[in-house]
Amino acid sequence: MGLTSCLFDKPDALGSRQLMQTLRLQIYAYLLLLPAFIFLVGFTHYPALATLFDSLMSTPRGSRPAVFVGLDNYQGMIEDPIFWKSLVNNFWFALATIPISIALSITMALWVNDKMTGRQFLRMSYFLPTVLPMIAVANIWIFFYTPGYGLINQVLQAFGFAGQNWLGDPTLVLGSVTVVAIWKEAGFFMIFYLAALQGLSPSYKEAAALEGASSWYFFRRVQWPLLMPTTIFVLVNALINAFRMVDHIIVMTKGGPDNASSLLLFYLYEVGFKFWDQGYASALTAVLLALLAFVGLLQFFVLDRRTHYR
Amino acid sequence: MKHMLSRIALMTAGLCTSAAVLAKTDISFYFPVAVGGPITKTIDQYAADFNKENADYNVVPVYSGTYQETIVKVLTAHKSGKPPTAAILLSTDTFTLADEDAISPIDSFVKTDVDREWLKSFFPAFMLNGQFGNKTWGVPFQRSTVVLYWNKDAFKEAGLDPNTPPKTWAETVSMGQKLTKKDASGNVNQWGIQVPSSGFPYWLFQGFSTQSGAILANAEGNKVQYDDPKVIQALTYWVELSRKHGIHPPGVVEWGTTPRDFLEKKAAMIWTTTGNLTNIRANAKFDFGVAMLPAGTRAGSPTGGGNFFIFKKATTAEQEGAYKFAKWLTQPARAAQWSIDTGYVAVSPAAYETPALKKYAADFPPALVARDQLPFAVAELSTHDNQRVTKALNDGLQAALTGTKTPEQAMKDAQAEATRLLRPFQK
Repeated sequence: MGLTSCLFDKPDALGSRQLMQTLRLQIYAYLLLLPAFIFLVGFTHYPALATLFDSLMSTPRGSRPAVFVGLDNYQGMIEDPIFWKSLVNNFWFALATIPISIALSITMALWVNDKMTGRQFLRMSYFLPTVLPMIAVANIWIFFYTPGYGLINQVLQAFGFAGQNWLGDPTLVLGSVTVVAIWKEAGFFMIFYLAALQGLSPSYKEAAALEGASSWYFFRRVQWPLLMPTTIFVLVNALINAFRMVDHIIVMTKGGPDNASSLLLFYLYEVGFKFWDQGYASALTAVLLALLAFVGLLQFFVLDRRTHYR
Repeated sequence: MKHMLSRIALMTAGLCTSAAVLAKTDISFYFPVAVGGPITKTIDQYAADFNKENADYNVVPVYSGTYQETIVKVLTAHKSGKPPTAAILLSTDTFTLADEDAISPIDSFVKTDVDREWLKSFFPAFMLNGQFGNKTWGVPFQRSTVVLYWNKDAFKEAGLDPNTPPKTWAETVSMGQKLTKKDASGNVNQWGIQVPSSGFPYWLFQGFSTQSGAILANAEGNKVQYDDPKVIQALTYWVELSRKHGIHPPGVVEWGTTPRDFLEKKAAMIWTTTGNLTNIRANAKFDFGVAMLPAGTRAGSPTGGGNFFIFKKATTAEQEGAYKFAKWLTQPARAAQWSIDTGYVAVSPAAYETPALKKYAADFPPALVARDQLPFAVAELSTHDNQRVTKALNDGLQAALTGTKTPEQAMKDAQAEATRLLRPFQK
């Protein structure tokens, strides 16, 4: 910003020598940025544009090359009930995972931030789900959810409730995979909140204690506002994860029964790498991209303004 | 000057030929692992043995994950122009691979009478999925089928003859009713029968539909008959095992936990792949039996598992080497040992005549059930645009099993979707 303003604000006032020097500085800056820029273009911008282009083409198969089909792939998407089902599922998945995992992570962070015996152990056990690979834990969760002798049903039956077929019932399956996602995520977000809490000056707490503020009041009026930058960061991550976490779907349900647990990215994977329908998969990617871009912009422009950074 | 140039040219040519004499032809071979056990070690050993016997070739085996991960790898590599020479992939992917113009038919390498004999040596049921358009696109390697496992102790407790499994649909119901046990509050402790339906329910359903006398897809792979009354009848039977007779768990049953359910005595009879035989044998704390699936109007079961494919974009020398490796892998003695090590069905009748497999079967007769069922086995459901056409059926089956649709409605919807998908291939 500083460079451009001195270049364009008052060009008349600058001598040509000064101009040269500024230009050289500019080129220097761009050269320094070049390596990162190449990777950004090669792995982010170019694939995104190529996907947009592919989404307007038919899928090449064997000897038949791709031809331009305009918006046919998008037309097909509007008529595709599984796409809508996955989109709605993803909406509920996001709506449940984001607030619950954030609330849980703050609670856990506040808890293990206190000086108490065994807090190292608690911190570690809260963080443990994050460290484990999703594929592995999903395989374990399958057995938690198993009807009959699964852990959850055993507990339910011990208290006299009827066991459920958690992954085999279309009304329960989305909730069941959402719980796994929250369990996996909350510990990860806790680390950020914990770090932020440790960064808060202890003088706030002392002042609040002197004033006789309740701990809830202290949290609501002091800690929560000061944690806002962390919350923004966590929120962005939680949102991306809500569209990105599909490993456990692949392991636990494969989107079933009858697409009841299919999420957008899972369906995209199926279309792209099981049906090999490149054109339609590109169109789905374009929609996912637009969706994420929209949410991202909303967060940066609306929430950022309301956040107090120190 | 000119003289020197030609000398250099000659020298380079000489270098080239000598290099060609020394160089071995590399044959990259991708394989998935779908059952338990030290499979990668076995395959690596096969490759090493083959390379020792064949100095011209160097087979490089590459473990490539699950079947799904393997096809993703090889098809992506094919699209970028550098596929492996050979791979083991699901036999049902034949249409997909041929439509992508990725594989060469095996027939193009079959030249001598010995080769023709070899191609005829496999069980005919295992060849079905690899052939269409008068060509053989893949040869059987790791093949399986669905069988019934029953808990003999549970049969005894229920007052049934522990050595007689159900042979018909009606017997499944009557025995299942005796085998289903409930506690005081009405929770079921032990189900009579369990047929998994997560992930790929179509495969197990093909047991029911075949027994009902239906064939789901034509050999050309461009027509399906999901709404055939016999298919609906088969699905109704499966649904009613739970909803009417109460001897089968409700909803969709997880494939992965079904063997464990059997071992935990939560299910007295299960349907699953022969590939689970070694696992169940190692972990069952009770006497169990393995039988052919009970018959409806006829006996029947689908085949499953992986075939050996050779890729089109490989060089002729590489393809010839891969072909030689395929023949080497499927020799009766090797097929027999492979079957003993993994639980897969050996691919040729000759393999069952080898001393090793004969001895193994004498010790453990259930190992022969899969072979005995093969005369009644049909091709696994496979069409053009395979995974999508199959998904239409999977969704319909799960909708019916969870009660969101009636069997009629579910199969009519699946048929409509499949018909739409297959239209481009009906020419």
